[in-house]
Amino acid sequence: MQYTQGRLDYGFFIDPSRCIGCEACVNACAECETHRGHTMIHMDFIDRQSTIATVPTVCMHCDRPTCAEVCPADAIKQTEDGIVQSSLKPRCIACSNCVLACPFGVPKMKSELEQMMKCDMCYDRTSAGKRPMCATVCPSQALAYVPIDHIQRTRREKPNSVFFFGNERVTTKVFMMVPPGAEAINVDITDFMWESET
Amino acid sequence: MARPPIDEAALTERYGPHLNYEPPGGWQSEAQDPAQQLVRTHCCFCGQQCGIQLKVRNNEVIGFEPWEEFPFNRGMLCPKGVKRYMQSTHPDRLLTPLMRDSSGFRSAPWSEAISFTARRLTELQERYGRDSVAVYGGASLTTEKAYLLGKFARVALGTRHIDYNGRLCMVSAGVAYKLAFGVDRSPNPWSDIPLADVMIIAGSNTAECSPITTDYVWRFRDNGGKLIVIDPRMTPITRNADLYLPVRPGTDLALFLSMMHVIVRDGLENRAFIEEHTTGFEAVAESAKSWDPAMAARITGVPPEAIEKAAHWFAEARRGFAMHARGLEHHSKGVENVLGLINLCLATGNIGREGAGCVMITGQGNGQGGREHGQKCDQLPGQRSIADPEARRHVAKVWGIEPDEIPQVGYSAMEIMDAIHRGEIRGLLSICFNPLVSLPDATFTKEALEKLEFFGVIDFFLSETAHHADVVLPGSLQEEEEGVTCNVEGRVIHIRQAVTPPGDARLDSQIICDLARELGRGQYFNFQTPRDIFNELREASRGGIADYYGITYEKIDKQLGVFWPCPTEDHPGTVRLFEGGRTFHPDGKAYFQVTAYRESGDPISDEYPIYLTTGRVVSQYLSGTQTRRIGALVDQYPEPRVEIHPRLAAAMGIQNNDLVIVSTRRTDLQVRAMVVRTIRPDTVFIPYHWPGPKSANRLTHRTVDPRSKIPEYKVSACNIRKAG
Repeated sequence: MQYTQGRLDYGFFIDPSRCIGCEACVNACAECETHRGHTMIHMDFIDRQSTIATVPTVCMHCDRPTCAEVCPADAIKQTEDGIVQSSLKPRCIACSNCVLACPFGVPKMKSELEQMMKCDMCYDRTSAGKRPMCATVCPSQALAYVPIDHIQRTRREKPNSVFFFGNERVTTKVFMMVPPGAEAINVDITDFMWESET
Repeated sequence: MARPPIDEAALTERYGPHLNYEPPGGWQSEAQDPAQQLVRTHCCFCGQQCGIQLKVRNNEVIGFEPWEEFPFNRGMLCPKGVKRYMQSTHPDRLLTPLMRDSSGFRSAPWSEAISFTARRLTELQERYGRDSVAVYGGASLTTEKAYLLGKFARVALGTRHIDYNGRLCMVSAGVAYKLAFGVDRSPNPWSDIPLADVMIIAGSNTAECSPITTDYVWRFRDNGGKLIVIDPRMTPITRNADLYLPVRPGTDLALFLSMMHVIVRDGLENRAFIEEHTTGFEAVAESAKSWDPAMAARITGVPPEAIEKAAHWFAEARRGFAMHARGLEHHSKGVENVLGLINLCLATGNIGREGAGCVMITGQGNGQGGREHGQKCDQLPGQRSIADPEARRHVAKVWGIEPDEIPQVGYSAMEIMDAIHRGEIRGLLSICFNPLVSLPDATFTKEALEKLEFFGVIDFFLSETAHHADVVLPGSLQEEEEGVTCNVEGRVIHIRQAVTPPGDARLDSQIICDLARELGRGQYFNFQTPRDIFNELREASRGGIADYYGITYEKIDKQLGVFWPCPTEDHPGTVRLFEGGRTFHPDGKAYFQVTAYRESGDPISDEYPIYLTTGRVVSQYLSGTQTRRIGALVDQYPEPRVEIHPRLAAAMGIQNNDLVIVSTRRTDLQVRAMVVRTIRPDTVFIPYHWPGPKSANRLTHRTVDPRSKIPEYKVSACNIRKAG
């Protein structure tokens, strides 16, 4: 099977309910050729003392990336096919604005490199017809890179790419799998408050 | 006296484990000097045997690439698979033979090491008899190596005593499947998992110990399947369980008997299947009569209504599937535990169909293939019984010896260590086995090793057990020698040689053949390549239960694996066993087996009122000889911690991350507490991958299952208190 970057029928899907916390993604990310030795993925135990639930975080590749919008050095670029790249090394001033601004907590400041690096959906691999490293190895397919109709046909959970952070509506290239019927993911308590609608 | 020649800390300083964090040449080297070759092979860790491509440059493995075409894992890997390449050019790698001297070990030429080993083994045998030396094998060896080792023990040394570390893995399941079905193999391919309607996962930390299987289970749920998980701990696979039964350690059989009780009481059994395809149901039904759920609840700690629900779900499913692993098998009633689950599958007609069956999740790299062709103390190649005169005749003919020359049944792995301890066995040759970490009651194991008059080791790293060796012969990693293994499904797969052994290290098969020649038995070990060994193995297995005669390396490559039995070259292999309800017993029937519940071999008491259970974590493999040397895997879970429920922790005045003392009837162990709500309050858990003061197996006990001889790792009586 060939996977081609930019093909509209392929999507990147995150389903935390499938995650087993094994960190295959974290380890595999560090094997990606453009940033070998550095992982861009976060894997978190939500509250290990209470639950075995874990969640992997990769870049959501926002349609209007906050990280790029807040960058004073204009170092973060978005490709035509919607991939938000790591900061450009010559431009990045390591100010961490992007790290603070990202609503999903994705960018990492690599202080030893003085550069912000983040998941670029394995641009080197996907542009060469391969799948991203993390989604290829993920043994529970909590991270998956497959045709959108395939995921709609085969999964219990449904893909969603609309998020509300209070009044801020964020749409993303990457999909979060949610229980059927959930139209959007509301993060902030104000999303549930009557005052927010006024 | 086989005490470590110098202080163990000094040995560790010299031979590791040291942590390897980077590929050869560093992280950036591949950008300048790319890989020259991608070798399609399999991961060396665990019975899943995931397909993987190794990147090779200048005879060094420098990285990996997923192998998406291999149908079992389709590119998926766990963190061990991702980092497995880091072992290949590891600085701890043994590059020359080592011989014990006053400074520790000195490098020695091969000729000296081989002739010394052969001479010492011969001296002991001449003085104390042939059976005074034993051979230990490993279930991570290729099937060729395992076959060769079995032949070496019987033909070159002529000892009865050869066994392997698979004895510590799934042998209870092997015995149970042979009793019920006449064959020791998972009967269903993994592609059946998503097709089931209801699945029981019993005693399997699937997500951590066989991670790739998780995707099959989640796909089963996507298809609407209902998942029942039975475990004293909520492991990651539990997060999507539709019904979770938090069974008390050591009481699984009571749970299964009670489910059988409900099935019989409510008339849920599949009468037509039972009558046509089985024997012995009435006796099993009778034995379950007293196990009403209220009584079983008191023993198992599982609510009666949950037992009722599990029985009904499973019995009423069109396709029921059951998976089990060490959680059922590591018990002094391990065979009965597995039989209890098999009985449920038989009573409900769930074998031999798409999406319906009972399977074991074999744990070790070649856990399946490594036990089929002769390194088990009671078996000859082809899963034949060594006591069977016809089997002895067949194998003797292939080996070119008289049937009477083949020794009879020998001791199992635990019995060998017992015999060493009492002075009956005086010499040991061990390959790919680290019993000081993996056998229960490590203090006893250490005492035994110190009594050996000769101890020879073949391995690629100096394990803690090898500290006791007189001679260490540097062998080959999995990626350094061609061969086959058999994965968890019974699929025989092709391990390709990616690189040749570094330094003066040699192929394991070459070392064994060289030793045989030195022992004067070279005419039976005239193998030039692993393929030569495989071709003889095919003949030796021919007509047996695990019949490999029709399997060739080329056929494996073409079909991406061949499921045994495969009796002829034009036979495609047997993907699913028991189709049409026909088993391997002569009458084709499945045999129900009556099981009787009994206490564990180390019962709780006022002094030791808490259950201790042990197991694995996702980032480490078995005794850690390989994975404790890979930095990223060590960082993920650096040292053992004891999982303890907040209720028990509060009663003992223990807080998360406190240093605590866990004590059993053997000894004490100091570890940090990990206070979690995901374990029963009457149970604590410690992973076992570490040696010495961190070794959970210092706490475990030596009781074994009377038939399978597996140790009872999954339940010991303990107490716990805050350190200091």
